[in-house]
Amino acid sequence: MFDNPELMKAIFGRLTLEALPLHEPILVATFAAVAIGGLAVVGAITYFKLWGYLWHEWFTSVDHKRIGVMYIILALVMLLRGFADAVMMRAQQAIAFNGSEGYLPAHHFDQIFTAHGVIMIFFVAMPLVTGLMNFVVPLQIGARDVAFPFLNNFSFWMTVMGAVLVMASLFVGEFARTGWLAYPPLSNLAYSPDVGVDYYIWSLQVAGVGTLLSGVNLIATIVKMRAPGMTLMKMPVFTWTALCTNILIVAAFPVLTGVLALLSLDRYAGTNFFTNDFGGNAMMYVNLIWIWGHPEVYILILPAFGVFSEVVSTFSGKRLFGYTSMVYATVVITILSYLVWLHHFFTMGSGASVNSFFGITTMIISIPTGAKIFNWLFTMYRGRIRFEVPMMWTVAFMLTFVIGGMTGVLLAVPPADFVLHNSLFLIAHFHNVIIGGVVFGMFAGITYWFPKAFGFKLEPFWGKMSFWFWVIGFWFAFTPLYVLGLMGVTRRLRVFDDPSLQIWFIIAALGAVMIAIGIGCFLVQIAVSIKNRDKLRDVTGDPWNGRTLEWSTSSPPPAYNFAFTPVIHDNDAWWDMKKRGYQRPLEGYKPIHMPSNTGAGIILAGLSAIVAFALIWHIWWLVIVGFVALIGTAIGHTFNYHRSFHIPREQVVETERERTQLLQTVRA
Amino acid sequence: MKPYRIFALLPLLALLGGCNAIVLNPAGDVAMQQRDLVIISTVLMLLIIIPVMALTVFFAWRYRQSNTSAPYDPDWDHSTHLELVIWAAPLLIIICLGAITWMATHLLDPFRPIERTAPGQTVARETKPLKVDVVALDWKWLFIYPDYGIATVNEMAAPVGQPIHFRISASSVMNAFYVPALAGMIYAMPGMQTQLHAVINKPGDFKGFSANYSGEGFSKMRFDFLAKNDADFGKWVSDIKAAGGNLGRTEYLELERPSEGVPVKKFANVDPNLFHLIVNLCVQPGKMCTHEMAAIDAKGGLGLAGADLVQRIEYDKSARRGSAPVLAKAYVASVCTTNAPMGMEMTEVQQPTPVSSTPLQGAGLPRPGTTFQSFAPRPSNS
Amino acid sequence: MTTTTAASASLTEAKETPVFYVADEHDHPEGSSTMLGFWLYLMSDCLIFAVLFATYGVLGGSYAAGPSPKELFDLPLVAVNTSMLLLSSITYGFAVLEMQKKNVNAMLLWLVVTGLFGAAFLGIELYEFAHMIHEGATPQRSAFLSSFFTLVGTHGLHVTFGIIWMITLITQVWRFGLIEANKRRLLCLSMFWHFLDVVWIGVFTFVYLMGVLR
Repeated sequence: MFDNPELMKAIFGRLTLEALPLHEPILVATFAAVAIGGLAVVGAITYFKLWGYLWHEWFTSVDHKRIGVMYIILALVMLLRGFADAVMMRAQQAIAFNGSEGYLPAHHFDQIFTAHGVIMIFFVAMPLVTGLMNFVVPLQIGARDVAFPFLNNFSFWMTVMGAVLVMASLFVGEFARTGWLAYPPLSNLAYSPDVGVDYYIWSLQVAGVGTLLSGVNLIATIVKMRAPGMTLMKMPVFTWTALCTNILIVAAFPVLTGVLALLSLDRYAGTNFFTNDFGGNAMMYVNLIWIWGHPEVYILILPAFGVFSEVVSTFSGKRLFGYTSMVYATVVITILSYLVWLHHFFTMGSGASVNSFFGITTMIISIPTGAKIFNWLFTMYRGRIRFEVPMMWTVAFMLTFVIGGMTGVLLAVPPADFVLHNSLFLIAHFHNVIIGGVVFGMFAGITYWFPKAFGFKLEPFWGKMSFWFWVIGFWFAFTPLYVLGLMGVTRRLRVFDDPSLQIWFIIAALGAVMIAIGIGCFLVQIAVSIKNRDKLRDVTGDPWNGRTLEWSTSSPPPAYNFAFTPVIHDNDAWWDMKKRGYQRPLEGYKPIHMPSNTGAGIILAGLSAIVAFALIWHIWWLVIVGFVALIGTAIGHTFNYHRSFHIPREQVVETERERTQLLQTVRA
Repeated sequence: MKPYRIFALLPLLALLGGCNAIVLNPAGDVAMQQRDLVIISTVLMLLIIIPVMALTVFFAWRYRQSNTSAPYDPDWDHSTHLELVIWAAPLLIIICLGAITWMATHLLDPFRPIERTAPGQTVARETKPLKVDVVALDWKWLFIYPDYGIATVNEMAAPVGQPIHFRISASSVMNAFYVPALAGMIYAMPGMQTQLHAVINKPGDFKGFSANYSGEGFSKMRFDFLAKNDADFGKWVSDIKAAGGNLGRTEYLELERPSEGVPVKKFANVDPNLFHLIVNLCVQPGKMCTHEMAAIDAKGGLGLAGADLVQRIEYDKSARRGSAPVLAKAYVASVCTTNAPMGMEMTEVQQPTPVSSTPLQGAGLPRPGTTFQSFAPRPSNS
Repeated sequence: MTTTTAASASLTEAKETPVFYVADEHDHPEGSSTMLGFWLYLMSDCLIFAVLFATYGVLGGSYAAGPSPKELFDLPLVAVNTSMLLLSSITYGFAVLEMQKKNVNAMLLWLVVTGLFGAAFLGIELYEFAHMIHEGATPQRSAFLSSFFTLVGTHGLHVTFGIIWMITLITQVWRFGLIEANKRRLLCLSMFWHFLDVVWIGVFTFVYLMGVLR
């Protein structure tokens, strides 16, 4: 049987033993480490008999809080992978001088920078943002779950399966060698015939479905499920940014799905959308992918802006300055983000009028963004600022992000872009806004809402260590890249001839090491906090003297979030309640209607991953079987009409009685 | 702690002065104007960035919790005057920057012939620019000098002070043509022709490279840009002429195959139609040129008879890029007509419009000698 | 949250003792956000079609010296095809009317008719595709044909899934009756089906009519 090539091909497609990178020692070692680590985790789960718990309480959970936490865990795991890629790139670029080829061959290096970009955007930043929105938004609007709890679970698992596919490419086959947006003709079959681009396409398609559905879900949640009294202009700013971000997701991700589908048709069916011959047009791909790609940037940054708004107001002990202009600024950014995509390729030669139109629209975005910075600034003005870790991230953000914003506006001037486009200056710019904006924001958010999720604060010492290593490491890693960009050094280079550049790459590599220590401190912080959880315990549910509704319930919140749906009179609802002597109701509880857990999400997502894997390796029988199973399961799931249950009154009474007792211990 | 971090960056700036920041210290007039724009925009933005950063640090320090002497106003959340300032200040700066952008983008449009070779030195109407046709190959650069009939690989030269007109294309995938000392970059795309007008003002050896990732050999896709005085340039050309070597369609197809780290090559004779054929993706005999295809398509195609006009590709120039392709590749075969017996019409390549020294003015800043065309797609087939 | 408006309205009036929670709460009707959510999904789907239309707009004239719409499109056939889809939309409308009158059998009948019209539409479309491919006008032949087959094919794929969904729903209504959940699903499918109709009108005008006129 094994000596019949036709049969083998029918069974395994183009998957052969050669697809395993046994000849690449780095990958073999990585695989061994991952395999041993994975086995240890699986072993531990089995030993402690946790599979049932994980399956019933987490994997199949439709509770938005647990899904949010799982998103963030996914993001942190993928951060380690994405950051490992970054360190490898920095190391290669720091040593590949004076005729040295470094330690990475082009075949490997080119995969690393592609994977780094894809992972950091789709599987770190996106899950962080989605996870935080999932966790916080229903609590902030006084809802008990999202509008479509099952879809929420399904979306999460689709995102996971996208990440699984990217990780699989590390050990089975290869990832794309095209750069993170896979421009054709390079990504077309003629120039990338191997499985790398297929892994790229299908992992993004699978994860993209998840992202899109979670966007639909959160919009419906925010529009339909706000607590009584919470008009649009009384929504917390984080919820506002979440709303705008999800609108952007729903309006941008279909374009990505569409354009990747066209690329896959070029690769699978031999069509001619982006080919050189037969009238194809690769410039169309570049346009379409950036029509998704630019809003994507705002999808990531808007929730971070929301986090900073919450944090700055809470820790300054003050109402947010200029709430209305903050909301309008957010909306304006949302709309304008669709009118700027061409600034990613001024150098394609679209003509001076087109270029300057897009350059100026880009600059206009900096006006609402600048207004936001000023609003945070004047929230601090006449406040009583407590420099807890989230607030430190916020101040670091304000100082870092303005520089990134400035270089961004600089790049929006087309003739300036002609000398800086695709250079390391550009790389420094977008890391400056994504790390300085999104990552700082997410760390602020995680530290801020962690006690809400788990009932104890994160240990501040290690948080501060992590903070300083991250911030200083960031400047050490990226200032040299600004300089190198001005020295005319392009991105994605593997080897260099000019020895005067080396010192800058070495400084940048040191910066990367400092960030690595920062990430290490963050992990230590989590471990130490879990160990000292009794000391860090928060029983009030309101550890920061918060202002919005999520702080009115216990930490962690009960499955139903609120025993009674709150009624809102002011946009800092919980602050208002505290100020006006709100008394927590102690009786009159009712049974609470909640959605039931279901395994359909994980099964459907798993089947999608199987179909995608089969498509990547051209295992056609498995594509068909998997697809039929997918449709069958989806239809089967619709025959389940019993998707909700009531939490009995007794259980609510018991939960709330425990909370009453806890609160009394604090007061006493 | 915060304020010192800014100052920590200062020594880096000093270092920057010491190193070779070619973008800030270029040798060509166009690049110098672009450099000026970088500096002007930065200074303009620093007008608002520095106060914001200073205020951030100041407020963070002054309103810290332990400073009980600072006023505390927990319900103060609105001030119409302040909001006006907040929105107006960035707006004013963007208005200035927007105006500069509109002007500079038109003046420094790479497709537009340059008007001056240095500040105050206008290009005379009769000045002929040096024409250079650039092709980004896998992974090397081909330079064709149509006026001299010579070609080089991975090295080009230009006389100091003479305007240069580049026409740029690529053989397989997207690249970007970039000589930081000379002028900003522009994409090199297969089947497309982009243009760049520039001038080099100082003699010297400068580096050029691809600024857009194009695959495995991308890192070594570099070339030397030699700026010479007229006499040296003349010698450079005549040396190439004397050394011999021919670059026709066959040789080109050989040259085009993927290779990296290619040493400098020189050709004394070049097929005068070669660049035209490259842009139209029809160097390979028997393949229909894209301009011909576009002309046929404009008349409604060749109908059902044209459906079968497909040939399998004879060799695979992407063979080195990975395993064998899954789908058989093909191309559109050329059609023989009476005036194009080889299946290709020898049309004269369109000349660029001559330089006009009329100053740019008005809202649309039309290109000299042309009517205002705003949104016409430009990278085009010859 | 509609159940609580009365409560909150009376609360805001009493200034001294604002009430901060809903004491008398009822279960929220299940699926109250479904129509909005589904509509949002449709808008996202609409964007996928927008991408395909834009692609066709850019590449629709790139025949690569091959056949053009004039030689390929058979307008009378497409007109018949269009009428199939339009009729199916009307019959779906009848089904919804019967649903509101709670006539299960009549509704099911109309759904079956709708499905058959949909199937006829698909059949004619497949015949058209087969004919074009047979003549050598394959999706691989030119960028125009690539974008044509993709745009029209994606619409056809949607109709296929609509029919699968319709069969599922017919089964569910037949087994479980016109319960709330099924009614909601029928209305979602109705939106989906009419949406496909609207997209097809775009395809018919933009691709077929303008293609032949071009």
